[in-house]
Amino acid sequence: MASRARIVGGRLLQAIPVVIGVVIITFVLTRALPGDPAAYFAGDAADEASIQQVREALGLDKSMPEQFLRYVGDLLRGDLGTSLSTGQSVLDDLARRLPASLELTLTALILSCIVAIPLGVMAATAPGSWKDHLCRVFVTAGVSLPTFFTGILLIYIFYFVLELAPAPLGRLDFIFIEPDPVTGFYLIDSAMARDWETFWGAAKQLVLPACTMALFTLAPIARMTRAAMLAALSSDYIRTARAAGLARRTVLMRYAFRNAMLPVVTTLGMVFSFALGANVLVEKVFAWPGIGSYAVDALVASDYAAVQGFVLTMALLFVALNLLIDLAYAAIDPRIGFDGA
Amino acid sequence: MSDTSAPTNRFLAHTLFVMRQNPVTMLAFGLLGFLILCAVFGPALAPYDPLASEGAILQPPSAAHWFGTDQLGRDVFSRVIVATRLDLVISVGAVALSFVAGSILGSIAGYWGGWYDAVVSRGLDIIMAFPLFVLAMGIVAALGNTVENVIYATAVINTPFYARVVRAEVNIRREAGFVQAAKLAGNSDLRVLALHIFPNALPPMMVQVSLNLGWAVLNAAGLSFIGLGVRPPTPEWGIMVAEGAGFIISGEWWLALFPGLWLMLAVFTFNLLGDGLRDIVDPKQRR
Amino acid sequence: MLEIRDLHVTFETRNGAVDAVRGVDLDLAKGETLGLVGESGSGKSVTAFSILRILDSGGQIASGTLTYDGIDLSQANEAALNDLRGREISMIFQNPRAALNPIRKIGHQIEDVLRRHARATRYDARQKAIAALQEVKIHDAEARYHAYPFELSGGMCQRVVIAIALACQPRLLIADEPTTGLDVTTQKSVMDLVRQLSIARKMSVILITHDLGLAGEYCDQLVVMKDGQLVEQGAPATLTQTPQHSYTRRLVAATPLPGKAIHDLIEDGTPHDTPQISQETGLSVRNLEMTFAGKNGPVHALKGISFDLKWGGALGLVGESGSGKSTASSIIARLLDPTGGEVLFDGASITATPARAFVKDPRRSAIQMVFQDATDSLNPRHSARQAIAEPLKRLTKLGRSDRMARVFELAEKVGLPAPLLDRLPHQLSGGQKARVGIARALALEPKLLILDEPTAALDVSIQARVLNLLADLRESMGLTYLFVSHDLAVVKLLCDEVVVLRQGQIEEAGPAEDVLRSPKADYTKALLRGARWASLMDDVTPVTF
Repeated sequence: MASRARIVGGRLLQAIPVVIGVVIITFVLTRALPGDPAAYFAGDAADEASIQQVREALGLDKSMPEQFLRYVGDLLRGDLGTSLSTGQSVLDDLARRLPASLELTLTALILSCIVAIPLGVMAATAPGSWKDHLCRVFVTAGVSLPTFFTGILLIYIFYFVLELAPAPLGRLDFIFIEPDPVTGFYLIDSAMARDWETFWGAAKQLVLPACTMALFTLAPIARMTRAAMLAALSSDYIRTARAAGLARRTVLMRYAFRNAMLPVVTTLGMVFSFALGANVLVEKVFAWPGIGSYAVDALVASDYAAVQGFVLTMALLFVALNLLIDLAYAAIDPRIGFDGA
Repeated sequence: MSDTSAPTNRFLAHTLFVMRQNPVTMLAFGLLGFLILCAVFGPALAPYDPLASEGAILQPPSAAHWFGTDQLGRDVFSRVIVATRLDLVISVGAVALSFVAGSILGSIAGYWGGWYDAVVSRGLDIIMAFPLFVLAMGIVAALGNTVENVIYATAVINTPFYARVVRAEVNIRREAGFVQAAKLAGNSDLRVLALHIFPNALPPMMVQVSLNLGWAVLNAAGLSFIGLGVRPPTPEWGIMVAEGAGFIISGEWWLALFPGLWLMLAVFTFNLLGDGLRDIVDPKQRR
Repeated sequence: MLEIRDLHVTFETRNGAVDAVRGVDLDLAKGETLGLVGESGSGKSVTAFSILRILDSGGQIASGTLTYDGIDLSQANEAALNDLRGREISMIFQNPRAALNPIRKIGHQIEDVLRRHARATRYDARQKAIAALQEVKIHDAEARYHAYPFELSGGMCQRVVIAIALACQPRLLIADEPTTGLDVTTQKSVMDLVRQLSIARKMSVILITHDLGLAGEYCDQLVVMKDGQLVEQGAPATLTQTPQHSYTRRLVAATPLPGKAIHDLIEDGTPHDTPQISQETGLSVRNLEMTFAGKNGPVHALKGISFDLKWGGALGLVGESGSGKSTASSIIARLLDPTGGEVLFDGASITATPARAFVKDPRRSAIQMVFQDATDSLNPRHSARQAIAEPLKRLTKLGRSDRMARVFELAEKVGLPAPLLDRLPHQLSGGQKARVGIARALALEPKLLILDEPTAALDVSIQARVLNLLADLRESMGLTYLFVSHDLAVVKLLCDEVVVLRQGQIEEAGPAEDVLRSPKADYTKALLRGARWASLMDDVTPVTF
């Protein structure tokens, strides 16, 4: 399948201008942030001369193109600058916090898929029925709820009123010891260490924020599943399969569902965008130590290296995810690579 | 072609028909009417001044204060009603801007293709490469905390959706029989695009409009929740939820709940509107 | 073997229940091939679908019995029925490519059926699937086993569909328009395969088709349906030679056959005068070439074709899909620029003006076109009136009231009732839409009218009317026609000259009479044979019909 390899290569090449564009936009946006970072860096007691010194040290006295070149050079060396508020290298900060965000986002998406896909299939097998309408109202209500509001509501009900959930303060209650970081995902790390107590502790902390995000992402997945399933079920090959006497299960799963999953996989990219955005708000509500809450704090403090690092990380993460989705699509759809489709 | 009033009447009759057909659409239009009413007459409808302390602080809902009072003794109900105008202006403004920009970009890219299409598509890819809320955060932070900037930021992140829908719809119709017939009838390319192809892309765009109105409200509220965009003490749903969040732990749930529910109601309305709007602009639904 | 009694099928629609089949009785003997003939909406497919109870959602057998081998299929439970499907009764469909699961290997799709009906185990399924492919004459079946439907041609896909249907040796095969969507030459080989297999296996066949000619050639018994009811039944020869019912008579008349003149197609048709063909050349196509940039190198759609058309003449441009006939018509209509050669109109080049600038050329109104798919060629948002008025609005200086008067005049000319003018395309029938398309093309009083398969999507009885309308218009307005079609039978009726195209080259050209009577190119012969027009040719023994 030489043509298929070409498609994959072409897709990778397509990502390059996007990455370049992302870097430029990130640079422009963060340079436009209000406040003078040099003054901030130099401290409250600094005089004009020391601020100027800091400005020169940071390269902020140079022209924009020069600053950009310097920025790109730093990026290539893996240097994202130093955060004003934490005093640490931004790269280290992000690397330490990224697993928290990923664990939350991925858990939420998996949860969402587990609920939304069967819901969509169920709605599609009985279009126009009460099940279908109920599904529609449920997922529409889910996407209509602002995540920060859902989060607060869940905290109020499960923590404050029912006292079922732990305090919404981070990934793990302080009575537990953090598992040895291998993947950075607490659930996986603690399971690998066979430390089930910590596992449950981490899982309990994760449930509410993950549910909050999952509720928000149900709608696009369920809607797409329903539409794709309906289209697949009304297509000619389903009639062929039925006329050949294939079992209902085979027709539904092997013929309709597999075809319906193709468009659903492509919408996952969109859903990721949703989820990563909602992540910022959910992390703030649950005091989750991920990169979203880091960014919010940095924004408030006009900490431009941190904001820049965050926006860039999010965008690159998203580009990589979309690339993965496209490659996965190419792997499951035999038509890709033929005719260059 | 015939009497000018006839198509208008037909359109109205059709709109009424669509609403009668689908109770959900009727409900959605009803709610929309209610929200518009609040937006237009908000300050007149509100029983109290949304910015002034009108009573004791942190009072639970009562006959005098339906939604209770907040930490400064302001009437939550009045603030929620008055905030409708601001939130609707932001979402409608942003969606209108992105609708126009997306339609122009998408039409041209879909119709003429070639290098123009390549440039537009890559540009849209770059915008889409950012998780949208994150990009909106960045834009508002960079341009400054004003309502206008929230509108611009929301418009920018929504534009790719319209551009893509329009591009695809225009592209599949570029070679359609009726387009070629229109060329034979003496229409220039621009006229063919504007009068024959673009109107046919409207039905799927209407679904997008309704979803985006919802997102725009959520987006604006989310931004103000993290302290970007609209600033207190301006009544705005997102800020009110953010401010109320701190009081939930001490049991004063009404501060966050009512603006949150109102916000949800607005987004819910917009999301339900989609199918109805599409049916109204789709000629195939007429009979 | 199969006995249908008083079958009623209803569909729930948004406008209430619709009776699709109203009291059909049918009998099918073992080994017999029964043709179910009717136009769209006649209920023929619904009848077939109800035998297997695979009606689309909303469809329901309201009453009646369907007895197969002593079992009443209308009462059988779903599990029992599912056991019969594919094992006892099988079905093949139109548009074979869409009838196969696009993302499953064809070998696996055959195995699914074999395994379902316990005709194969995990171990021998592969062998049996390959055997099934060999049986439908697919070369290199071992390699094809791994193919996906998109890698196969339409004819090949239909063979795979047949292989799936016949894998479990059913005793009854229902073929629903099995040749629709296939090229003429492929159609014949598919039908021959079905006939061959049915004889070898002593299998009964129900052939559902709109094509009376096709049914006549392959069936032992014919049933004509209209509006959900049986109209007439009988052996092909009797039915077509001495039709009893008026509808059958109309249908038989409308089917284009050798020796018929265009007015014979409709009952009240009057003969047309011999067209006045001038000696002056109106359209001259010189060495036309068109090369598209394909994904795997350039695609030569036209490799230098030349022909002339005299004023008042009618030339048929004939070919199968991929022959370049549509590309040629688009270039002549000035919607597309050729990569080589030129087109002269009235002695002057029209290809010298680029297509996008031709809108402003004074000759724009002189060259107009009627499009293939009447549905696709009308803007769904514009009423019939707006569609017809559009060219008048853009290219003439007529005022509004004059324009409206002209629209009425045109509608009358093409036989479109005035009250229909305010309807949107989806509110019109196929024939009415075709008339709107013709009226629009005539609005500017063109000298040359390009007809791109104007009847391809229409039922035969409507096709007959539209063809007669076109002949009338040619007579009354002195039009020159360039008629693009895949159907030699139709071309013969309307055209004086024929150009046969194949893969961008001219295979044969000459007066229509000569080309059809004594074709020189093998390809033309194959086309004629496929279209069951072999009887016209001198060197082949006529097929009785």
